[in-house]
Amino acid sequence: MSDMYRDLILEHHRYPHNFGTLDPHDVSQEEHNPLCGDRIRLDLRIVDNKIAEVAFSGKGCAVSQAAASMLTDELIGMDLTQVRQYGKAELLDLIGLPLDKNPVRLKCALLSLKALKVGVYRYLGQHITTDELD
Amino acid sequence: MIKAPFDVATIRSQFPILQLPSERPVAFLDSASSSQKPEAVITALADYYRTTNANVHRGVYQLSEQATFEFERARGQVALLINATHHREVIFTRNTTEAINLVAHAWGGSNLQAGDVILLSQMEHHSNIVPWQLIAQRTGAVLRAIPIDPQGRLMLDDIDTLLQGVKMLAITHQSNVLGTINPIAELTRKAHAVGALILVDGAQSVPHMPVDVQALDIDFLAFSGHKMVGPTGVGVLWGRKSLLDAMPPFLGGGSMIKTVTIESSTYADVPARFEAGTPMIGEAIALGAAVTYLMDIGMANIAAYEHQLSAYLIERLDEVPEVTWYGPPVGADRGAMAAFSMTGVHPHDIAQILDGEGVAVRAGHHCTQPLHVALDVPSSVRASCYLYTNTHDIDRLVHGLSKVKQLFG
Repeated sequence: MSDMYRDLILEHHRYPHNFGTLDPHDVSQEEHNPLCGDRIRLDLRIVDNKIAEVAFSGKGCAVSQAAASMLTDELIGMDLTQVRQYGKAELLDLIGLPLDKNPVRLKCALLSLKALKVGVYRYLGQHITTDELD
Repeated sequence: MIKAPFDVATIRSQFPILQLPSERPVAFLDSASSSQKPEAVITALADYYRTTNANVHRGVYQLSEQATFEFERARGQVALLINATHHREVIFTRNTTEAINLVAHAWGGSNLQAGDVILLSQMEHHSNIVPWQLIAQRTGAVLRAIPIDPQGRLMLDDIDTLLQGVKMLAITHQSNVLGTINPIAELTRKAHAVGALILVDGAQSVPHMPVDVQALDIDFLAFSGHKMVGPTGVGVLWGRKSLLDAMPPFLGGGSMIKTVTIESSTYADVPARFEAGTPMIGEAIALGAAVTYLMDIGMANIAAYEHQLSAYLIERLDEVPEVTWYGPPVGADRGAMAAFSMTGVHPHDIAQILDGEGVAVRAGHHCTQPLHVALDVPSSVRASCYLYTNTHDIDRLVHGLSKVKQLFG
């Protein structure tokens, strides 16, 4: 528990980075988890195939919101081809939570990553494979 | 202080999981989801596999006769618990969900026509909504729901209008989120007055209070073994014999037939007609042991104790100003559970922090999405009690909530 709610998570939950929306945007993708009502919208501006600007909005548990906040920090400057390589392991590493044995909370943590992948793949005219986040 | 009509410490000592050696034993407040099991039930289940294991209703050898005897004795124990007129009115199913599906398909499939109304309520568990949607899609019947008031009670002012055209009233006896205990006898009278039948979802009532199908005068009752100190994998459909006799089978297969040719079959009498295939023999026998365990303590005694727990739970939650709990105020129509929200903290975070404090509660929509729409929250935390719950468990919940405030305050 203390691991789950260490200061960094609570800090990002309280003061999220890159919170808001982008208008205009090149990508805007909303994902939600019907189990608990968590909702994340991720907006991106893309320049030369790189993520130039990013913003997220939404509401939900501390894990979903803090993970989104931390992920957005990572995204600025990221090449779109790198988005494919960025997966569950990288995100869990980033947020530092041992969620492998906690499938319910894992879904919370991965919600923003799902929004990123679905949004960027759609921008590229591709589709996310159903098992990519499993 | 709560004075139980039985010794709660002794009860707790009979539940192995509550005795596990641990620096911080679990305060288990998720019994509405699934209850813990006493030694007597675990032993009955293991004893069946150790000493009596054989298929039922088939063998001419002694083991099979013994298994059949114990399986049928369990049916009789269940009949006694709910005061059924006959043990043949008790059908073993997998759980409440399967029992409701059985009625929806077997009764609904042959009795519902386009335009007929199935009346539910806003507080139903998904298991008492989705089976009716499936049969409505097949038959052209339509669903309607009794709304709830801000205190989580059924709004019955317009019940006579709501009952127009209704063929089946399918309703929960006790809400699995609000704890509301619904006036089943009154609803039954009104349903019968318009020629409708009533199916009662007893998943949250049969484990916690006396439920007498004859006194209530209902037509069908569905409940689960695992919520009443019994094993998973066994539930019960009770139905009025005349109704069951007139219903076609639900699932086809072995055990439920009289004669079979390649072209057609004739079906067995009730209850075998609705128990296709090898049943959950050991689980049913263990459910019989669970029924005996509960009846030895006394359902009225359990209800009286839980009523005090309910009052204590709400009293303690009221000490936390950030908490909003749902459902009616403490009274005769509220069971020992509370679903709640906390200002500024998501239910999953609350449950996770409580878990870290050794307090097991459930967070989510508790299979009641339409109810949560009415409550206007996406999800909630639920603490639910049973006969082995003590005030210390509830104290630990409230202490855990102070940790939540600390972290998120």
